[in-house]
Amino acid sequence: MRTALRPRAGSGGGSATAPHTPEGPISTPNIAQSRPVRRPGDRLFRGAAVGSGVFIVALISAIGLFLLLQAIPSLRANQVGFLTSGVWNTTSATDLQFGILYLLWVTVATSVLALALAMPISLGIALFLTHYAPRRLARPFAYVVDLLAAVPSIIFGLWGIKVLAPTLVPVAEWLNHNLGFIPLFAEGNVTIAGGGTVFTAGVVLAVMILPIITAVSREVFERTPREHIEGALALGATKWEMLRTTVLPFGKAGYVSAAMLGLGRALGETVALYLILSATTAVPELSFFDGGATIASKIALGAAEFNNPLTAGAYIAAGLVLFLLTFVVNALARAVVAGKKEYA
Amino acid sequence: MTTAMMDLERPATGPTFQGVSAGRKAKNVLATTLVTLAFLLAVVPLVWVLWSVVEKGLEPILRADWWSHSLSGLRPYEDMGGAYHAIYGTVVQGLTTALLSVPIGVMVGVYLVEYGTGTRLARITTFMVDILTGVPSIVAGLFIYALWITIFGFSRSALAVSLALLLLMVPVVVRTTEEMLRIVPNELREASYALGIPKWKTIVKVVLPTALSGIVTGIMLGLARVMGETAPALVVGAYAPYINFNVFDGNMANLPLLMNDQFANPETAGFNRTWGAAMTLVLIIMLFNLLATVISRWSAIKK
Repeated sequence: MRTALRPRAGSGGGSATAPHTPEGPISTPNIAQSRPVRRPGDRLFRGAAVGSGVFIVALISAIGLFLLLQAIPSLRANQVGFLTSGVWNTTSATDLQFGILYLLWVTVATSVLALALAMPISLGIALFLTHYAPRRLARPFAYVVDLLAAVPSIIFGLWGIKVLAPTLVPVAEWLNHNLGFIPLFAEGNVTIAGGGTVFTAGVVLAVMILPIITAVSREVFERTPREHIEGALALGATKWEMLRTTVLPFGKAGYVSAAMLGLGRALGETVALYLILSATTAVPELSFFDGGATIASKIALGAAEFNNPLTAGAYIAAGLVLFLLTFVVNALARAVVAGKKEYA
Repeated sequence: MTTAMMDLERPATGPTFQGVSAGRKAKNVLATTLVTLAFLLAVVPLVWVLWSVVEKGLEPILRADWWSHSLSGLRPYEDMGGAYHAIYGTVVQGLTTALLSVPIGVMVGVYLVEYGTGTRLARITTFMVDILTGVPSIVAGLFIYALWITIFGFSRSALAVSLALLLLMVPVVVRTTEEMLRIVPNELREASYALGIPKWKTIVKVVLPTALSGIVTGIMLGLARVMGETAPALVVGAYAPYINFNVFDGNMANLPLLMNDQFANPETAGFNRTWGAAMTLVLIIMLFNLLATVISRWSAIKK
C-alpha cells in the first residue's frame, strides 16, 4: 500500500505542495522536501478504521475484566468449593453455595458424545462432497449440509425433545438393557423413558456440529495437491487407496482442527440442551442416561433469577469457566493448523 | 513334449497390467458405500427437522390473526391471537444489531486489510475477533449483562439484546469484509492512486463497491444467524406477550422467546404457538439466506 502511495507524494503531489507554480518543472529539491500528502478525509477515515480496531480490542478486554470483577465477590462468598462441589443453591445471598462439578460432567459428556458421533460421519460427508459426489451436484449437496447450520438451536431443541427423544427411547432402553454392565450405559439419575438424557442431548448436538466439522474438513481436503492424487492413481491405487494415501494424510491436521472447532461449539451450545435435558438435583451416576444441566444451560435456566449481584456473580463465574474452556479448545484448533503452509 | 511347448510359450514375467484383486475391490466398494451413507445420514435430520416444523407449524401461521395480532390478554388455553409482537421483535432486534455491527465490522475489516497489515494492533485485533468468533452465545449474553445492566445500570431491553447479538455478528462481518477486500485486485487500487485519488476515497469509491456483494452476503448470513439466537435474549431480554415498539425500554418479545415461553404451556394453544413460531422463524431465516444467495449470484467480483 505504502509503495503505491509514494509516487503521488513526489511528482504528482507537486500541485498540492506548491500550488503557485502549477506549470513549473519538477525540481529535485521539491521532491526531497515534500512529505506525503495528508488530506483531512484521509486522516478521518484512517482514524475511524483504526478506532474500530481499537474499540473491538478495548471492548473485549473491558468485558473480560468486568466479568472477572463481578465473579470475584461471589466466589469469595461461596460456602462450598467452586470446582469440587456439585451443589447449586444461590437463592440466599448470605448462604451462597455453588459448585460446577456436576455441570462440568454433563457439559463434557454431551460434547464428547456428540463429537464421537459426528466425527466419523462428517469425515464421510467431507470425502463424499470432495471426491465422490458428481461435480455438478457437489455444490448443491454442500449447501444442503450447510443448511443444517442455519437452523436455530431452539428449533433443534424443540425437535430434539418432542420428536427425536421419543424415537430414541427404545434405542436407549436397549443399550441400557444389553450394555448396562458398562458404567456409561447404566441407569442414570433421571428416567430413560423421559428422554431428557445426556444421550438424547449428545445425538442432537452431533447433528448441530456436523456442518462446521464438514465445512472445515471439506476445505482442507479440497486443497490436496493434484499431483499427489494423480500420482496415487497412476500407481494403480483404487479410489479408496488414493484417499487413504494422499487426501487423508494431507488433511489430517485440518480434520483434527475441524473437530476441535466442533467441540468448542458443542461445549457452548445452550438453548437446545436447555430444552432437552431433564432438570435434577440428584448426583450424576456418570452415565449417558444422566440428566441435569450443562454450564451453558444452567446459566440460561438461572437467567430469570439474576436479581442480586451475588447470585448473578455465581452464574458469571460459571460463564467464565465456560469461556475459558471454549477459548482453550478453539486455541488448540488453531494451533493444530498453525504453521501449515500447504493449507494457506 | 506338449508341456515343454507350454513352458516356452509362457511369458517370462507376469502381465504388466494386473486386475485389481477382489479384496481391494471390496474395500473400495465398502468405502464408497460408507461415504455415501454418511452423506445420506446427514440429510435425514435436516429433512426430519424441517418436516416436523412444517407439519406442526403450518396450520397456525395460516390463520389470519397470526401475522396481525399479539398474544395480549389471552389465556394459555385460548387458541387465538398471533405472533405479530414476536415477529416485530425478531426483525427489529435483528435490524438494530445490523445497524450497530455493520459499520464497526466493516471498518475493522477495512483497517485490517487497508491500513493495519503487519502491525501489532492488527494482530491483536485479529486475535480478539478470533476469540469473539468462538464465544458461546450465552457468554455473550453474560458479557452484556455484566457491562450494560450491572455496571451501567440499564434495565433489560431490546437494545441490550441487540448489543449481545452485536458481539456475535461483528466477527462474521469482519471476517467476510476481510476476505472480500483481500480478493479485490490490487490493480484497481493502484489505478486509482495513479489518478491522484486519496486513499480514503479509493477505499470508499473503488475497493468497497467492488467487494460490496460479498460483504452484503456476509451480513445477511450473520443476520440470519443472530435472529435465531435465544440464549442472549434469555439473559438480557425479557418476554412480553404484547407489542412493544420501543427498542430502548420495556420488555419486547421475539420469536425464540415466544417459543421458550409457550414451550411450557401444555395446552393445544401452547403447542400451536410454539410450532407456529418455529415455522415463522425458519421462514424468516430462509428468506435472509435466500437473499444472501441471490445477492452473491447477482454480482460477484469479476476477475
